[in-house]
Amino acid sequence: MSGIFTKAMARNIFYGGTVFFFLLFLALTFNTTRELPQRDNRAKLTPAVAAGKKLWETNNCIGCHTLLGEGAYFAPELGNVYKRRGPEFIKAWIKAQPTGVPGRRQMPQFHFSDADLDNLVEFLKYSSEINTSNWPPNIEG
Amino acid sequence: MQYKTQAVAKPYFIAAIGLFVGQILFGLIMGLQYVIGDFLFPAIPFNIARMVHTNLLIVWLLFGFMGSAYYLVPEESETELFSPKLALVMFWIFLVAGALTVVGYLALPYATLAKLTGNDLLATMGREFLEQPLITKVGIVVVALAFLFNITMTVLKGRKTAISMVLLLGLWGLAVFFLFSFYNPDNLVLDKFYWWWVVHLWVEGVWELILGALLAFVLIKVTGVDREVIEKWLYVIITLTLVTGVIGTGHHYYWIGTPEYWQWWGSVFSALEPIPFFAMTVFAFNMVSRRRREHPNRAATLWALGTGVMSFLGAGLWGFLHTLAPVNYYTHGTQITAAHGHMAFYGAYVMVVLCMISYAMPILRGRAANSDKAQVVEMWGFWLMTVAIVFITLFLTGAGILQVWLQRISATPLSYMATQDQIMVFYWLREWTGVMFLIGLVVYIASFFIGGDKKAATA
Repeated sequence: MSGIFTKAMARNIFYGGTVFFFLLFLALTFNTTRELPQRDNRAKLTPAVAAGKKLWETNNCIGCHTLLGEGAYFAPELGNVYKRRGPEFIKAWIKAQPTGVPGRRQMPQFHFSDADLDNLVEFLKYSSEINTSNWPPNIEG
Repeated sequence: MQYKTQAVAKPYFIAAIGLFVGQILFGLIMGLQYVIGDFLFPAIPFNIARMVHTNLLIVWLLFGFMGSAYYLVPEESETELFSPKLALVMFWIFLVAGALTVVGYLALPYATLAKLTGNDLLATMGREFLEQPLITKVGIVVVALAFLFNITMTVLKGRKTAISMVLLLGLWGLAVFFLFSFYNPDNLVLDKFYWWWVVHLWVEGVWELILGALLAFVLIKVTGVDREVIEKWLYVIITLTLVTGVIGTGHHYYWIGTPEYWQWWGSVFSALEPIPFFAMTVFAFNMVSRRRREHPNRAATLWALGTGVMSFLGAGLWGFLHTLAPVNYYTHGTQITAAHGHMAFYGAYVMVVLCMISYAMPILRGRAANSDKAQVVEMWGFWLMTVAIVFITLFLTGAGILQVWLQRISATPLSYMATQDQIMVFYWLREWTGVMFLIGLVVYIASFFIGGDKKAATA
């Protein structure tokens, strides 16, 4: 870089460019916020779903599983588990943990009440109905 | 050292390295749980080990950033630190709070920890990387504000250089975007959307300003190249970073319920994200080859060059590998992401903090550079850890490619767990390479205890 391109010019381009692209990002965010109601399944956001989400969080499910592809990669994707396994299987599975099979990955026992399990299933059902542009590629997640 | 208050950096660096060891030990536990599923169960379930592994990483890097800032800012501003006492008080608060949090993770069921620490008042826990209890999050904000106050006051009363301004901007950005960790709506899509305002705008945004500033500082010191040249490079690099990286957030908005136009915005802008990292590599090598002095601390120069190369490979190349929406459709949430995460964090942030420590620590200990013998050992640590992370990344990439193929592309897709059974060999290889990383870390730490002829404190 020769003397023509000075540090002051570089600095001005930095501040100008940053402000411009951050404003563009805010504009896109604004538009996203307006479009989300058609995609994020908020109509089904019941108190049970909210309670289920809280259980999901306070038991750190994301520490092993992924949800819509985000999280740890140690255990199956659960964004579509409602469609893959159905509500009864999910509840029975959680109740039966840990399997105790030697050498296999183990899921802890969380001692959920029946109401907790219903709320979790409601949360997973709601999650499975978010419009994710057809992700994951197949039912296995 | 030029200013005596720079000495407050030392405990920060020591704590950073100590927590780094903890991070790696928990990484090895998790790696073993990938292959021996019930290892340490139920004492340390995988999710707890992972939380400790990632949270320790974040906290030790923050210690590293803060220590670096305390070392760098007085020298750049040509004045003593505003309040060294405040810096030391905050050090202990942050260390004790961090230790208590980790003890809480390990000693209590996570749900109990949430209940005890006020998660019912404001639910912020249980989201990846933001698992800290509410009181810890508030503590992080308090420590960050006290730190920023201290650093900002120092800059304001002294010389204002491009390096210190960029560093300040990065650190303030870090604190501001962390505030989004307190926003956790019931709406999962909104939750995820703003979660990335912490995670992405940190590591692919403001943290890169910190990275650039630290690298530029060390390069000025070890090469003696004119400040005007180096600071011009710095501005160009961080311009490229934010111009590509801010809209590049869109590469996380493909499959989480956000509008489909993000597939275009995200793909185009994040495909450009390797450019600033490439510029950083060119920058580091260019400055070193134009050096005007032979600095006795060759290890620090090696770390600086290593940061340039490895951040380009890990963040730039491995990021590009799966950032285009049609590719990401298949790779999203697989071991490919884990592969990228490991090399990117190591190449960009671990290495720049170790670079800063490598440069500053000998000076903090009263010499321009360590003895040749100590430097050779430190460089062994560099190569062992760096080669190990390259192979960890390659093995996880192998695991990821097979996972994508077996579980998502095959005409007869396997279930998640059946797929895991098929790729076990890669996890074994990754674990053994992790042991090599630990050996590298031990060698690195050993280099601090090796004597020999020290270089006189002149620089």
